[in-house]
Amino acid sequence: MITLTHVLALSGILFAIAVAGVFLNRKNVIVLLMCIELMLLAVNFNFVAFSRFNGDLGGQIFVFFILTVAAAEAAIGLAILVVLFRERRSIDVEDLDTLQG
Amino acid sequence: MQSIYLTIALAPLVGALPAGLFGRAIGRVGAHTVTIAAVAISCGLSMYVLYKLVFEGMAPYDGPVYTWLLSDGVRIEVGFLIDRLSAMMMTVVTFVSLMVHVYTIGYMEEDPGYQRFFSYIALFTFSMLMLVMSNNFMQLFFGWEGVGVVSYLLIGFWYTRPTATFAALKAFILNRVGDFGFILGIAAVLRYTGSLDYGTVFAHAGQIAAAQVRISSTVAWPAITFTCICLFVGAMGKSAQVPLHVWLPDSMEGPTPISALIHAATMVTAGIFMVARMSPLFELSETALSMVLIIGATTAFFMGLVGVVNNDIKRVIAYSTLSQLGYMTVALGASAYSAGIFHLMTHAFFKALLFLAAGSVIIGMHHEQDMRKMGGLRKYMPITYWTFLIGSLALIGFPGTAGFFSKDMLIDAVHESHRFGSGYAYFCVLSGVFITALYTFRAFFMTFHGEYRSGQGAHEAKGHDAHGHDAHDAAAHSGGDGHEDHGHGGVPKESPAVVWVPLVLLAIPSAVVGWFTVQPLLFGGYFGSAIRVLPAHDVLARVGEEFHGPGAFVISALTSVPLWLALSGVFFAWLFFLKKPALADSAERSFKWLHTILINKYGFDWFNEHVIAAFARTLGAGLWKGGDEMLIDGAAVNGSARLVGWFSSVMRYAQSGYLYHYAFAMILGLASLLLWLIWRP
Repeated sequence: MITLTHVLALSGILFAIAVAGVFLNRKNVIVLLMCIELMLLAVNFNFVAFSRFNGDLGGQIFVFFILTVAAAEAAIGLAILVVLFRERRSIDVEDLDTLQG
Repeated sequence: MQSIYLTIALAPLVGALPAGLFGRAIGRVGAHTVTIAAVAISCGLSMYVLYKLVFEGMAPYDGPVYTWLLSDGVRIEVGFLIDRLSAMMMTVVTFVSLMVHVYTIGYMEEDPGYQRFFSYIALFTFSMLMLVMSNNFMQLFFGWEGVGVVSYLLIGFWYTRPTATFAALKAFILNRVGDFGFILGIAAVLRYTGSLDYGTVFAHAGQIAAAQVRISSTVAWPAITFTCICLFVGAMGKSAQVPLHVWLPDSMEGPTPISALIHAATMVTAGIFMVARMSPLFELSETALSMVLIIGATTAFFMGLVGVVNNDIKRVIAYSTLSQLGYMTVALGASAYSAGIFHLMTHAFFKALLFLAAGSVIIGMHHEQDMRKMGGLRKYMPITYWTFLIGSLALIGFPGTAGFFSKDMLIDAVHESHRFGSGYAYFCVLSGVFITALYTFRAFFMTFHGEYRSGQGAHEAKGHDAHGHDAHDAAAHSGGDGHEDHGHGGVPKESPAVVWVPLVLLAIPSAVVGWFTVQPLLFGGYFGSAIRVLPAHDVLARVGEEFHGPGAFVISALTSVPLWLALSGVFFAWLFFLKKPALADSAERSFKWLHTILINKYGFDWFNEHVIAAFARTLGAGLWKGGDEMLIDGAAVNGSARLVGWFSSVMRYAQSGYLYHYAFAMILGLASLLLWLIWRP
């Protein structure tokens, strides 16, 4: 029997993978974007799980909105990435240290 | 009358402003016209005031003109005290100043700083008038500092010459030492009488006399002695008394008209005037008067001796000024204030005359000041010769001249005094007469008699280096094309009328002023209440008992010691420096040690330079390196900046610019926040 705990654990694992991806990844900005998407999906997973186990549809409706916003965000993120690549000829995270103090 | 007094004081200031601020616009003629007109107005009005006071018996004026400030019951005013003492000083100051103004037209003809010079001397006249006309200590101090500043500006007038700027600084700093004492004295007066007004202070002189100053827990001095000594320290600085005298010979770096006006006739006598004005205070302190007496006597004798070995014509006269100022100080110390002021007046005339005549010689010699290169100028410059002779005779006290009356009276007065130190003072002033005659006529003979030592033939042989640096600098400075055109080869010729007319006008009072002033000034109660002498101290009254008119005094002087001392001085000068110069050389060799001491001016300069100045410099360098560079700059200013820099350099390691570091920090923060939420107490 799959309980809420199982689902939440899965969601937590997904989120943890995404976070680890953000700061372990040294090479590729695209992976960063994917990790952020993954975080959003993990959160969505929580929404769906609570919606299912509490019998409230509102959570699932929210997920639609979040997915839409996430898609728009990913589009913008990729666009910025393209511009960045044109500018720097590289998408290595290691190279992007302009904010260094 | 008040408006007349205001006009007298302010006219020179009004004249100085356009000449100084708009000198270029009004041009040379404009500058000298406006300043001379202003000083002439002052001079005329001063003479009018003197006339009213002396011949029409006008009462002295003492009143405020303007309240400067009012603080805690102390009222500081600008005010005038016009009695016969200040009226006489005003007349002398403005008259000599007027002569010097006219003379300057000729002397500074080639100088690019012409307008500036006129502005300065008019400003000087203003400050000096404020000083002598003042009716309170604060205005006196204002005038005192004013003349000090102008003196500084004028000594350093040729500011491109390093020696001139050095001399200007020296004069300024030494005067600060004196002024420090002076302002302490003024503060003491205020402390014990609660007022700065002459009238009030003198009326309450008894309060100062009754008080004691605690120097330490066990030592207490009479306040009056403390006050008078402090005031006299101010006079020592301004009137160049040992040991604060060293600035005056160096002040000869300034243009000659200034040496005549400021450093001989007027400013340096401010100290004498001040002490005479403070006579109600000084009379109460026997100790202070003894100190005045001894310091004056030392200056009179020992500074005269230095004059004998100098070869620069202006420096000889400068040392003579020091010595004569010493004479005046001796008179003050012997309570013969009137004699001191009388000598001040006659000295103003004949010493200004001597300086201006020396300046005329310097013009004639194309800015050569070394007497060894002069000689025989008598036939080239007859007017200068005769006026210089009159000045010299007055200086040595030749019977009948102005200097004779003042100096012999002064010596007699010192003879009558029984104050501590009066024996020493009498010895100094008496032997000073011989020294005075010796150096004066040495200068006179070396300059005007004998062979012209800088003639055509000698000129060709004379190397460029033989010029002597003073003359060389002067030549370099005036830099005027015209100056070079003269060359050094031409024979000297008489100076233009603007130069010799003031000489003649000054020669007249130098010769005759004594005849009709000696009686009223010294014995006729001329000064009235301006000068107060206790009956027990009144040496002049005792001298007066044997005085039967100036004519009789001249005749009695023929058998007196000072005259024969003076004549022997003239004789020795003639013998050593004209007849047999070889004698002077051999004397110099046999008294090598004495000559060395005199050439080095008793080592005052060495002492100041190597002990006091060296100490001050070490202290200054220590404070600069240790206090300023290390502590303030190093620790406080740069230190705090370095601290911030160090902190930032540590902090910037946290700011790597990598996204994953920031993300990691966020996660850590989030995690710790969660942990705190879970395990919070």
